[in-house]
Amino acid sequence: MPGQRTPLYDAHKALGARMIDFGGWDMPVSYPAGTIKEHKAVRESAGLFDVSHMGEAWLRGPRATEAVQLLTTNDVGGAAAGKAVYTLLCRPDGGIVDDCIFYKRSATEYFVILNASNTAKDLAWMREQIGAMVDIEDASADTALIAVQGPRAVALVDNLAGGRGDLSQMGSFTFADTTIAGVACMAARTGYTGEDGFELACANDDAPRLWSAILEAGAPSGVLACGLGARDSLRLEARLPLYGNDLDDTTSPLEAGLGWAVKLEKGDFLGRDVLVRQKADGLRRTLVGFRIDERAIARHGYHVVDRSRPEGEQVIGTVTSGGPGISVPGSIGLAYVPPTAATPGATLTIDCRGKDVAATVVKGKFYARNKH
Amino acid sequence: MSYPTDLRYTNDHEWLRTGATCVVGITQFAVDQLGDITLVDLAREGDLVTKGQRFGTIESVKSVSDLYAPVSGKVIKVNSALKDAPELVNSDCYGAAWMLEIEPSDTGELEELLSPEAYTALTAEH
Repeated sequence: MPGQRTPLYDAHKALGARMIDFGGWDMPVSYPAGTIKEHKAVRESAGLFDVSHMGEAWLRGPRATEAVQLLTTNDVGGAAAGKAVYTLLCRPDGGIVDDCIFYKRSATEYFVILNASNTAKDLAWMREQIGAMVDIEDASADTALIAVQGPRAVALVDNLAGGRGDLSQMGSFTFADTTIAGVACMAARTGYTGEDGFELACANDDAPRLWSAILEAGAPSGVLACGLGARDSLRLEARLPLYGNDLDDTTSPLEAGLGWAVKLEKGDFLGRDVLVRQKADGLRRTLVGFRIDERAIARHGYHVVDRSRPEGEQVIGTVTSGGPGISVPGSIGLAYVPPTAATPGATLTIDCRGKDVAATVVKGKFYARNKH
Repeated sequence: MSYPTDLRYTNDHEWLRTGATCVVGITQFAVDQLGDITLVDLAREGDLVTKGQRFGTIESVKSVSDLYAPVSGKVIKVNSALKDAPELVNSDCYGAAWMLEIEPSDTGELEELLSPEAYTALTAEH
């Protein structure tokens, strides 16, 4: 069955991208430069990502703020207009329906960008939970999304917006309606790579024009089109979680280390009771970062083991993401382990396809950019 | 895509160059599917490998795959350069990125390998 295509499908083919199926979408996993060069372009110059497969929705109405507060763990409704807010959507049992970013336009109007593979589930969830309070409009099929990320991204996008500096002056996690290369966009100072940059939402028909304008303007300074491969390696180095790997319906935000996006004091919201209890009782497991210094890569699904325990009880945790470090040494990953095994500096043993490999628990991001 | 005509191939995308001994590597088709190679883990000199059985693993940024022996025999040489320079697989999969040299124990197995034409047909289906 052919997959769904973004409006940039032809542009990817023209660039020679290798396409893969990603949750029912035909998406570029890499271009001829390859994942490693694409990754490095984002760290050293800038990279361009087609993320049009992601879902988008509008929430509108006099009770929009009340509805959004009920739906989200973070204080989305309490944010100022013009702010973008990362949040979880939780089930009443504390499990994560999705992680996403809300854009507050006013107390009565919010925009939200959702994970591609969760869009249908999220929309059903929103309609079920808050559909009576607010008008929900699915904009996924009409909206394209292009991420421009890297140290040169902001100047590049600002120049294409007329070079007046309006865009470079935008704060982190803010957004604005603007025109870039003649294309009407919502530009958000957000990203999923650990670098500065923008995510640009525009109409499908305008996406190819915006994509080529950015790529052409950036090519002389080493800007590359980047596929899902680089997107994954970049987000992992920046320790940003990936839904479906590190988060799912059975993990809680507190276990995932996303307590900073859970505002228990903001008032009632879905999942709050369970999260309050988890916080008081302590967690069963916690998501840790780890680094492997020997020649091995621990990947999604590999077991964290404790060989001092009796046979049959040796599995103490699970790797949720893993890959080679590209801008950092060794190989890196994330795993759920019992809190007793989560001390930074502690050694974990990971069963890498039948071979026990030592990993060190690492606190914080694997890669943090220099902020100027 | 076309493949070197002096080699034989497997369904699992390994190539084999026959002579006094057999040299084994992976094809450009496999390399293109894998993307940037970050780690190659091979059998050791002196190991006995069995046709169709795993002789190592290859990891790209995104995935890990097994490498399967095209013939049975004794490993007489291993390309140790791949340990520190796995990217050679991306740049020169039929040359500098050869993986093992095998002394085959049953030369009859060589007959079961795919010709360049058959392998071209196999990969054309993808």
